[in-house]
Amino acid sequence: MPGQIQDSAIASIPRPRESAFAIGLRRILRKPSSRVALVILGTIVLVGVLAPFIAPYDPAAQPDIVALKSLAPSLAHPFGTDPYSRDVLSRVIYGARLSLTIGLLATLVSLTLGVAYGAIAGYAGGVVDGVMMRVLDAFLAIPRLLLLLGILVAWPQLSIGSLILFLGLTGWFGLSRIVRGQVLALKHAEFVTAAHALGASRRRILVRHLLPNLISPIVVAATVGVAHVIVLEAGLSYLGIGVPQPLASWGNIIQDGADQVATLWWMSLFPGLFMVLTVMTLNILGEALRDAYDRR
Amino acid sequence: MLRYLARRLAQAAVIVAFVAAISFALIHLAPGDPFSAVIDNPNVSERVRQTLRAQYGLDKPLPEQFARYVGQLARGDLGWSFSHDRPVLEVLATALPNTLLLMSVALVGSFSLGILIALIQVARRGSAADYVLSGVTLLLFSMPDFWFAILALLAFTYWVPIFPVGGAVDAVMHDYMGLGARIGDRLRHLALPALTLTVLAAGGVARYQRAALLEVLPADYIRTARLKGLTEREILRRHALRNALLPIISLIGLSFPALLTGAFFIEKIFAWPGMGLAVVNAIGTRDYPLVVGGVIIGSIMVTFGSLLADLLYAWADPRLRNR
Repeated sequence: MPGQIQDSAIASIPRPRESAFAIGLRRILRKPSSRVALVILGTIVLVGVLAPFIAPYDPAAQPDIVALKSLAPSLAHPFGTDPYSRDVLSRVIYGARLSLTIGLLATLVSLTLGVAYGAIAGYAGGVVDGVMMRVLDAFLAIPRLLLLLGILVAWPQLSIGSLILFLGLTGWFGLSRIVRGQVLALKHAEFVTAAHALGASRRRILVRHLLPNLISPIVVAATVGVAHVIVLEAGLSYLGIGVPQPLASWGNIIQDGADQVATLWWMSLFPGLFMVLTVMTLNILGEALRDAYDRR
Repeated sequence: MLRYLARRLAQAAVIVAFVAAISFALIHLAPGDPFSAVIDNPNVSERVRQTLRAQYGLDKPLPEQFARYVGQLARGDLGWSFSHDRPVLEVLATALPNTLLLMSVALVGSFSLGILIALIQVARRGSAADYVLSGVTLLLFSMPDFWFAILALLAFTYWVPIFPVGGAVDAVMHDYMGLGARIGDRLRHLALPALTLTVLAAGGVARYQRAALLEVLPADYIRTARLKGLTEREILRRHALRNALLPIISLIGLSFPALLTGAFFIEKIFAWPGMGLAVVNAIGTRDYPLVVGGVIIGSIMVTFGSLLADLLYAWADPRLRNR
């Protein structure tokens, strides 16, 4: 039957190669938990992006510092107001924008550094690798929060840009160790030897042949990394050395109500809920991605 | 075993040396005089300023300063805390036992609780209980320490006041109590901070242990045990758990940074007079030597914590023990 032969012939034509991202996305979308996580995270991201259109009030406005201060949640102010009479809901919405942006940008910095450092160490090998890894051990021995405390206390009044930079600078140690391991394992793979035999430069081998094989650990590290940075930023802001006042980040809002936690419970509860939802969905997606890539 | 011990000790020493270099860099990368906040502060006496300057030899060339710095560190001199008007080492040494108490209770508690949860999940894998517990452990794992501690404080000292608000002992009555009452007072104050840190850390342990258990279950010796007629419970306890406990020992080593960081926030929120509270309060007073001292001591704790875990691992794994 000619028709059938034709069908199977078409079926055997290899499909265009999917990108690693597409494969990851397709696989994790099979799990209901990650579909839910994606929707929740997408909503929070959208809230952050559209903050100026959604927020009912100006997040920095202090309309009436006497009559409107420290109001419990009501219809006019669903999340209440803070001691400066600012609307907490509006601040939480703008906080989503700031906290997510910081998480994303700082993670980009960490990814770049982590991949570069790990790839160089793994590819160079020998003494260079040994020294680079010992330095990494030392950085890994310092808890990230403590390292940031040491840095941030020295710079009072830090701008957002530098805060992002420092969050990124302290977040690449774990990833670079993974990248180094992968590069070390793939260095003597046949396709690398082949590229070498064809006269490819070391740089070309690293960028064109080794890096594409590292996509999965990088994507997983990025997802979980954003979650880490959001928690760290909030913690630092809570301690008063993170995002400068009066900008609204989730940690800053909690810090504003920290002196009177018992009476102003809404100031800790609502931003925290948003934070937990974001971090949890990122962790769910990170884990789903890890499983998706792990199956091969 | 002895050679392994020597090698790991040498590694730890190298790490501590690097940490010293990093802390030196921290001090010197800061803009201007690292103590400009102190120098500008009218509340800081001239005597303290001069001591600070002399101690750090700020007018000397950098390599000489570094040599001095390392020499001081080696003698256990972490500088002068001007907000306490005492040596940094003394401030931290007074606070350290409280932090160690909090961390060790939470370490034992979280690993017991985490392993228990994982065992329940694996015994009923695929059931609703497994699913719900997975959600709970993920929630705990994703929970920002300080926010969870604030909620615990709100819930158990204000809304349902069953625990004291803060501190390590009753500020007024403790000195007038008998021995038994004093111990009770301490335990009552320890309970909520320790429980909070325990629950926070248990989430990660449970997730890790569940994965480790599921990994060994398809092994041949498990099938053999099943064919021998052992019940599922006996298999889990006597075969799966024993083999899945090895990775747990490495998790102990890996969990120190998170435990220490958690302790910092929890000490702050429950006013638990440990190292974390001292360092966090030093942020407010810009007591830079105390903060850097905390970074160094914290890093040393983490380094030796993971060293201990490695040794424990080598001792527990017969393949490594006899090497």
